[in-house]
Amino acid sequence: MHFEFDPALPIYQQLIDTIKRAVVRGELAPGDRIPSQRELAQEARVNPNTVQRAYREMEQIGLVETARGMGTFIGRAPDLIPRLRREMAEAAVRRFVQEMRALGLDNATALELVAAGLTSTAADESEGSCK
Amino acid sequence: MIAELINVSKQYPGAEALRNLSLSIPKGQIVGLMGPNGAGKTTLLKLLAGLARPTRGEVRVEGRTPDRLAKARIAYAPDSDHLYPWMTVGETLAFMRPFFADWDQERAATLAEFMALPARQRVSQLSRGMRARLRLVLTMARSAPLILLDEPLSGIDVPSRSRIVEAILGQFQPEQQTLILSTHDVMETEALFDRLILLEAGQVKLDDTADALRNQYGKSVRDLLEEVYR
Repeated sequence: MHFEFDPALPIYQQLIDTIKRAVVRGELAPGDRIPSQRELAQEARVNPNTVQRAYREMEQIGLVETARGMGTFIGRAPDLIPRLRREMAEAAVRRFVQEMRALGLDNATALELVAAGLTSTAADESEGSCK
Repeated sequence: MIAELINVSKQYPGAEALRNLSLSIPKGQIVGLMGPNGAGKTTLLKLLAGLARPTRGEVRVEGRTPDRLAKARIAYAPDSDHLYPWMTVGETLAFMRPFFADWDQERAATLAEFMALPARQRVSQLSRGMRARLRLVLTMARSAPLILLDEPLSGIDVPSRSRIVEAILGQFQPEQQTLILSTHDVMETEALFDRLILLEAGQVKLDDTADALRNQYGKSVRDLLEEVYR
């Protein structure tokens, strides 16, 4: 796993986000083993207490499960991936709405732009797949 | 709290290194002691190690004034070399071992290998970076509750710096250890610290957790330091 941090944001949160993204993208599957806390601290060059905090929160939200003596694994709850995908999409929407408000756009224009954006991206993608 | 300084001043002939400084250092954390040259970082570490006494005020480590006996519980790595040039790396490790009851031979061997230090090479033939790596091996091979590292990253090559940071992160035991590391820059150390203490002219300028500082100022520790010391 590759970690790159925005040093201005809490690092434990960025660790969690990295794992979440890897799960949603399918790079990590439910039941996959992830590095131990010590391994991750060394690999990502992050303070062990920060890593511990990230693991604790990931356990609380069901993103990972720790089996004593066996290691830490991606959670196996069936709704995990759809739930994460939805959460991350909602976060992206919140950022988008904030930006639109900051630009002074009304809802109708914002929606119009989203619809246009989705259509053009879909076109790009089908074009890309033909190549 | 693993260590406390209460109204501590340290006077050297012609210079006041610390001025009425008070600090509490919680257990189980990696603490970055930062500040420009001459801010008092080395003096503070020496007081904690029991190698110097305060002119005024009180220093406590694990509730007691650090003295000769406290050395058994405090691992201190000075910024200058205390190694014998004629010994090999292996001989240096064997020589240091009996001085410390908390020496872990297995950890020493693992660390020496991780640091790519050839056992048969003489200390006099090691580069500056490799000597810094050896000093770290000697300090981290111990299970001391308090580890003090004075400028372990300064003036050495980038690969050595990275290795040292990785070795600290791989060996540090937050359940039973506290580590204080002094440095005047934050190149590889942005994510290393739980807590940061910024010294300036013998006084505490900032003292908080790294995340709280990032939150409060909305910028990296590195950028924050640049702003503070400008």
